[in-house]
Amino acid sequence: MLESNELFHRVRPLYDAYADCIDEERYEEWPEFFEDVCFYQITTREAHRKSMPIGIVQCNSKGMLIDRIGSMKRANIFEPQRYRHLLGALHVEAAENGTIRARMGFGVVRILESGDSMLFLSGIWHDEIVETTEGLRFREKIAVLDSSRVDTLLVVPV
Amino acid sequence: MSDVELQAQRIEWPKEGVSRVPFEIYTNDALYESEQDLLFKGPIWNFVGVDVEIPAVGDFKTNFVGDTPVVVVKSSADSYSAFVNRCAHRGSTLCYEKTGNRDAFTCVYHNWSYDLEGNLKTVAFHKGVRGKGGLPDDFRTCDHNLQKLRVQSLCGLLFVSFDEDAPELETFLGPKMCAHIQRIFSKKIRILGTFSQHMHNNWKLYMENVKDSYHASLLHLFFTTFKLNRLSMQGGLILDGDGGHHISYSKMATDAGGGTDYESGGLRAQNDEFALHDNRILKSWPEFDDGVTHAIQGIFPNLIVQQIQNSLALRLLIPRGVNGCELVWIMFGYESDTQEETDIRVALSNLVGPAGLVSMEDGVIGSFVQRAIVGNQGRETVLEMGGRTVESQESRVSEASVRGFWQAYRKYMRL
Repeated sequence: MLESNELFHRVRPLYDAYADCIDEERYEEWPEFFEDVCFYQITTREAHRKSMPIGIVQCNSKGMLIDRIGSMKRANIFEPQRYRHLLGALHVEAAENGTIRARMGFGVVRILESGDSMLFLSGIWHDEIVETTEGLRFREKIAVLDSSRVDTLLVVPV
Repeated sequence: MSDVELQAQRIEWPKEGVSRVPFEIYTNDALYESEQDLLFKGPIWNFVGVDVEIPAVGDFKTNFVGDTPVVVVKSSADSYSAFVNRCAHRGSTLCYEKTGNRDAFTCVYHNWSYDLEGNLKTVAFHKGVRGKGGLPDDFRTCDHNLQKLRVQSLCGLLFVSFDEDAPELETFLGPKMCAHIQRIFSKKIRILGTFSQHMHNNWKLYMENVKDSYHASLLHLFFTTFKLNRLSMQGGLILDGDGGHHISYSKMATDAGGGTDYESGGLRAQNDEFALHDNRILKSWPEFDDGVTHAIQGIFPNLIVQQIQNSLALRLLIPRGVNGCELVWIMFGYESDTQEETDIRVALSNLVGPAGLVSMEDGVIGSFVQRAIVGNQGRETVLEMGGRTVESQESRVSEASVRGFWQAYRKYMRL
């Protein structure tokens, strides 16, 4: 088992790369941060604490993540927009079966073409990370939003 | 008539009637104020919550009627009370939490305390201190109760009214709307999720969007993009309550082999690029004996009951000033659901809400209108799809229920 300091330095670049992928609009690459069988959810602090199963987004496989991006690119209609993730403190701990549990706080600024720029979301990821032959991947990623209210719509992943 | 009403009445409705709506209806500040009095506090019933949200005596929930803050509380084993969320003394907010439980409602400002029905029971330092100060001898606590609302319920849905002259709830809803509510709420529900969505448009633009069955396959391209063949869908529009209430329903055809067309492969994704990688978000089971798979019910003025296959939800629209509104979603299933049924409802929830693959566009389309009608006073919207009248129709390629909304709106608003 790795020492926690070493764990921290192994995991931190994963988050930097993850945020960079979204913020630089390389959305097709986003599902590659996950294992094929995975759980990705965007939910609210209120729902999470009450153990309510429905949040804002819930995906049970990498296929569903790919479909999210496919829908965003080809089907959904929304104003051009992008995100800037503001990454907070990272907490990591080794868990059973060689997996890593990690939490990281985040803020998301949403920028529209008009120049409107707002603090769109804040929250914390509760993640389970595994070592694969291709590097670290998320087996589970739950984005728990601090607020239960979303402005307009949420189409770009967090 | 108040100044506000007079200003609102200056909006002249086009001579064509409900097939035209003046753009000013979405932008006029005086009209917004007038809506609070004539509509939301008028002779109607406003949805505020579900009985399962406040199961025990003393449980309360805060909400809004129009933009007026209210509290609804389970005040005894078999009754509910509701009042404006405002102390009768200095007007301070009484409950500043979303939900909670109280023996009594005591204002934090000066400790005036009310029972669960909103009656003033005690006033701090009522008799002053050591014989000095205090209230006048003729002060009567019963003259200073909270501003109470009427409460009536149907199948656990709690509605309130400010108006003594409002008809009984079931009369207001009408038999067709009551029957549909009874259809969905025949079993005890379990809340599976709640969240809200702020939209940058006048509240009425969202309600029109809900009632507009014409736009569905045009604005929302998920199904067509992924070549998801929904086969033939029979359906129609049912209107009631002076046109203000509606149900838009359809029956997704099922294959003879049983189960839904999704499960049996009737739903076809035709090539790789436009195929879904995981079809679980489309899985459903036939839940209602009448075969109706999709039903959107709009209860005038601002409640929606949603059945999209097995995705069930209540949506309450709260006006937030003339240029904004907040849509509160209550996603639910039933207490009797199996884990598999809950899983299907959870997966289907990906289609709706602020990130809904099928319907996220509804969160922004109202603001596309709101920002374009600035400076266009004197112009109007056109509503002639399916004719110019208000009536139940077999085709959903129609704006009849949007016209119905305006017919009811004009009645309450005296426009």
